[in-house]
Amino acid sequence: MSEVKTTPMVQERMIPSSPSAIVTITKQEGMVLYEDMILGRFFEDKCAEMYYRGKMFGFVHLYNGQEAISSGVIKAMRPGEDYVCSTYRDHVHALSAGVPARNVMAELFGKATGCSKGRGGSMHLFSAEHRLLGGFAFIGEGIPVATGAAFQSKYRREVMGDESADQVTAAFFGDGTTNNGQFFECLNMAALWKLPILFVVENNKWAIGMAHDRSTAQPEIYKKASVFGLPGVEVDGMDIMAVHTVAQAAVARARAGEGPTLIECLTYRFRGHSLADPDELRSKAEKELWFARDPIKKFSAYLIEQNLATLEDLKAIEKKIQAQVDQAVEFALESPEPDPAELYRYIFAED
Amino acid sequence: MADTLLFNALREAIDEEMSKDPTVMVMGEDVGHYGGSYKVTKDLYKKYGDLRLLDTPIAENSFTGMAIGAAMTGLRPIIEGMNMGFLLLAFNQIANNAGMLRYTSGGNFKIPLVIRGPGGVGRQLGAEHSQRLEAYFQAVPGLKIVACSTPYNAKGLLKSAIRDNNPVLFFEHVLLYNLKEDLPDEEYYLPLDKAEIVRSGTDVTVLTYSRMRHHAMQAVKTLEKEGYDPEIIDLLSLKPIDFETIGASIRKTHRVVVVEECMRTGGIGAEIVASISDRFFDELDAPVIRLSSQDIPTPYNGALESLTIVQPQQIVEAVKKIVDKQL
Repeated sequence: MSEVKTTPMVQERMIPSSPSAIVTITKQEGMVLYEDMILGRFFEDKCAEMYYRGKMFGFVHLYNGQEAISSGVIKAMRPGEDYVCSTYRDHVHALSAGVPARNVMAELFGKATGCSKGRGGSMHLFSAEHRLLGGFAFIGEGIPVATGAAFQSKYRREVMGDESADQVTAAFFGDGTTNNGQFFECLNMAALWKLPILFVVENNKWAIGMAHDRSTAQPEIYKKASVFGLPGVEVDGMDIMAVHTVAQAAVARARAGEGPTLIECLTYRFRGHSLADPDELRSKAEKELWFARDPIKKFSAYLIEQNLATLEDLKAIEKKIQAQVDQAVEFALESPEPDPAELYRYIFAED
Repeated sequence: MADTLLFNALREAIDEEMSKDPTVMVMGEDVGHYGGSYKVTKDLYKKYGDLRLLDTPIAENSFTGMAIGAAMTGLRPIIEGMNMGFLLLAFNQIANNAGMLRYTSGGNFKIPLVIRGPGGVGRQLGAEHSQRLEAYFQAVPGLKIVACSTPYNAKGLLKSAIRDNNPVLFFEHVLLYNLKEDLPDEEYYLPLDKAEIVRSGTDVTVLTYSRMRHHAMQAVKTLEKEGYDPEIIDLLSLKPIDFETIGASIRKTHRVVVVEECMRTGGIGAEIVASISDRFFDELDAPVIRLSSQDIPTPYNGALESLTIVQPQQIVEAVKKIVDKQL
């Protein structure tokens, strides 16, 4: 009897070298980026704690390890003007887009003060005010919605003559999604009509338990852009400066009416697919390799090395964010449950 | 306008609303240069340009999602399903996002969207082009569903659907596009939640919609000659269903025949009969008779196809049976 083959560690791709000209940032910009990453990390750690304490329910997908992407891309956009479209792993995108941590936390607690009024939950975060289009639980379904928002910007400018309509949309999704038709269909339409959109792939190598290489004939996702005639860029998703640089260029391109960009960020999730995932398939060696590439550690070292921050500056930010996250939990705990009399509210626009 | 064909009534509705509101636009397969598979948008691209009559690639799920994203951010898109059956490919976007997103977002976004096109059983188009998706979609929360049946109601209902701030599935019927009717010269809108009493009567309430309205009216000609007096109600709105109008009629006739083109199992009629039982059971003098299409894929052969859908003679017989029943 032949020996049963186990899945070996998924082959590591060569981490792309940084873009040749990394953007320069000011101390203040550095602090904004660092704070946003720390908020993402601390918020998610708190979610795990609250989930195990029975304060939040259902499927909860944490973003730990991928922070350089959310912060690096969304902070290259205009807050409250540009559009952000996420997936089921959406807490940190919402935070980067400016949705207050307490309203995200309250949503996860199912409270009336949640950003989706307790109707959505972890996978359905929305905020019209912060131009967060969702929160989409099924694979790929956010991409067409984001493409529609981008179409709308073009439409306003070209049909309605609104010169100020230069908003850009960023659609985030994972490696697993890039085998779904909506990905290809929307790359085609966005390139066809030169829509102002960034397709940001967070390639964390695993679609739950399906290794990227086992599901994908051509695992280098950024290369798929070329057949649709749009630029595809591969970037180290653990390096916020690299992501931020690539994102700024893509945003500028989109804003100038030159069309979409596909950005493949090579990254890793430090936790299981969701808090319900036993995470048995990823090897210890693989995890350790990626834990060592923690994007927050990398960026804090960069900030200190570049004299953009002191260790004390960073500690102060961490302390401030920890307090903010703790306050978010307090707010969520104290918030009222949705009114049962409003069970039917929000089905129709008139409600 | 004298003798307006139904497809032109729809075109007028779109044209009027587009001329009034620059956020109204049409997208779908061949809606622009080709003018739509049933010419509902013929030449509108010449007046409004390619972006407002957006010819899309054949990617139903994605362009439907795109319309939803555009609606969430302030446009009022009208999607044409070249054949409504094709929208099975867009089921995810219609159900999850058009239907449910407003609710799951806690009211953050509204989705003013019309999804319109030809449905129903045509003439030997084969099973896939002969579907009645209204039955499949009726369970999706957050959708409104409308079925037009005459040039007059097609125009008035479509104008209201375009103005509505919610997603509306708007079913036309592939065999009704060439109906003719004199339309009012002045502008008009029809409510999306009201049934129409097509013929007032006292013997029995016949509830129907879309093309079956015309089968029912054909049956009326025979029934009148034989002294029967049926009340014919065209539902127009399939979701919500106008139970106010239905209830008033049942309190008068105490008998109901449902005539529909969708399949019997899980159809619109199934929902109506269940709701009548919930609401008006005590008013009924006889069990409701339900005439539906057969629970089979619509066959290509013309004779078999005729056997699949309800014919006027069956309506005549059902009415006689329920009215003649000794109480």
